[in-house]
Amino acid sequence: MTRLPWVLALACATAVAADPPTRDDAIQTARFGLGRPATAEEIAAWNIDVNPSGDGLPPGRGSAADGAKVWAAKCAACHGEEGEGNERYPRLVGREPEQGFPFGRHLKYVRTVGNYWPYATTLYDYVYRAMPPTAPGSLAPDEIYGVVAWVLAENRVIPADAVMDAGSLPRVRMPARDRFVDDDRTGGKEFR
Amino acid sequence: MRGDGIVRIIGRMTPHPDPDVVANPARRALLAGAASAGAAAIVASFPTASVGSQDPAAPQVPEDATKVPGGPTTAQSARSAFERPARTPIGQLTGASYTPLQDLSGTITPTDLWFERHHNGVAQIDPARWRLLLHGLVDRPLVFTLDDLRRFPSVTRIYFLECSGNGRNGYRAPKAELSPQQIDGMSANAEWTGVRVATLLAEAGVRRTARWTLAEGGDAAVLSRSIPLEKMMDDALLVYAQNGEPLRPAAGYPVRLLLPGWEGNTCIKWIRRIEAIAEPNMSRDETSRYTDPLPNDTARRFSFVMDVKSTLTRPTFPAVLGAPGWIELSGLAWSGRGKIAQVDVSTDGGRSWAPAQLQPPVLGKAHVRFTRMWKWDGRRTVLMSRATDETGAAQPTLAEFRARRGLGTDYHFNYIRAWVVERDGRVFYGVEV
Repeated sequence: MTRLPWVLALACATAVAADPPTRDDAIQTARFGLGRPATAEEIAAWNIDVNPSGDGLPPGRGSAADGAKVWAAKCAACHGEEGEGNERYPRLVGREPEQGFPFGRHLKYVRTVGNYWPYATTLYDYVYRAMPPTAPGSLAPDEIYGVVAWVLAENRVIPADAVMDAGSLPRVRMPARDRFVDDDRTGGKEFR
Repeated sequence: MRGDGIVRIIGRMTPHPDPDVVANPARRALLAGAASAGAAAIVASFPTASVGSQDPAAPQVPEDATKVPGGPTTAQSARSAFERPARTPIGQLTGASYTPLQDLSGTITPTDLWFERHHNGVAQIDPARWRLLLHGLVDRPLVFTLDDLRRFPSVTRIYFLECSGNGRNGYRAPKAELSPQQIDGMSANAEWTGVRVATLLAEAGVRRTARWTLAEGGDAAVLSRSIPLEKMMDDALLVYAQNGEPLRPAAGYPVRLLLPGWEGNTCIKWIRRIEAIAEPNMSRDETSRYTDPLPNDTARRFSFVMDVKSTLTRPTFPAVLGAPGWIELSGLAWSGRGKIAQVDVSTDGGRSWAPAQLQPPVLGKAHVRFTRMWKWDGRRTVLMSRATDETGAAQPTLAEFRARRGLGTDYHFNYIRAWVVERDGRVFYGVEV
């Protein structure tokens, strides 16, 4: 189906439609004036994501020592005292192998935060939204910064005494940062 | 053809190898029961010595249904007591349950047999309190109710939806006693009704700096994925109905994102927020998970499109063939890149191939049913299917798949599936053929 480039389609559709649109494309991209403006409070309540630039990180701070207490109380029951994981819950700590990135070649090594995760900010984002599973969203910023610092320090990604906050966390460079490549599959005869 | 690699392990269901999935022995035990019920149904559907009415556990029905009145009308229709297709639930909160592909015909998956995959339980949501927030790099941040969504122009389309980990059981933990359900049961097909995401984005006015969107669920995992704006403007839908009725809770009630042809994890269930953004968010499910380690010491990211794939569904484990003679080979094929162009089947372990019939209509990014008659001569052999899509992409052999993707790769398992027919009529998954 031929369609207007979407930018152009949007430009044509800035005013709320007065008459019913008839062409299929126009029907799908007309403005109908439905919905209502979102309030700043509504956006703030749900806008919880944190990106690699650090956008979305709240005030607060924590070190691995701070995080060790949170880990013992709220994380260790599933992920293990040292982040070793078990059959049910993923291992989070470990740098094996020290060299290389052989995870596609065999299943000898477990993928962890230390040897696989490309961005440290993902830890904050994920722990806040989803951990612990029995009470997601319940950890305070200082607790999350502490747990994130503990996981990173146990993986020897940051020094044991480093403090994580909105300034330092986005600057942490993960060991696997440059291992990821965009999808190069395109269809066609060549299997990639 | 190589039969000596076939491993015979009678026993329990393979636990989900994804570390997210919590194995539950009680549920696994339940599963074993469901699997044998499925086996009974399949055996009964082929000409064999086993007859359902001689089974003391069979449902009681009149000797002659023309001589006594039938049952009353009912508010909801139940299956025949002789048919017991079942999913295979494993895990509790972060769990999965697989569609019994070997028990189904045609292309539309019955809604109650749709596979499930969720990351912290099935969210329970009151539709009157559901809201969708659309914000970020837009001129007009907006909130929509379910009623708002249903006032917009709707579209109805048929699409498959597949977990990108589908096939992992057959690749990572292969054994002869695997059914299509256990290997490929995380792909299913439905008719969906909803609103184009482009319609809502037009309402909000997307700014030129936006290149991606973040889609986020209202479940206890608050699952989030970064989706290129281009896909959202193309064929992305916010669906509220599946097979003619409101979504079921496990499918994301009241509204889910549906990205035709893309991995199921991106089709955010219980969706509550779409944020227009400039760069991807690098959430846990697009970095730690749903990336594909490759043999060249890299990992592929944002590998959204589901590759061309097919599997026979009949005859497959746990079916047992009766006497030699004509049998219809039947299966499903699909591609995330468009329409299936051709499906070939082999009845001699891949030495020769012949085209199967595609049952119309052949729709893009949807399951298509393929069939071909086969005269079984009673000898041991290996059955295979190989799909090609409209871009020319065809399923690789297992060896080709291993060479290109590696033994440790974690998603997008589209190698050719093989099924071994033994002389006694039993059919097994071809582990190494």
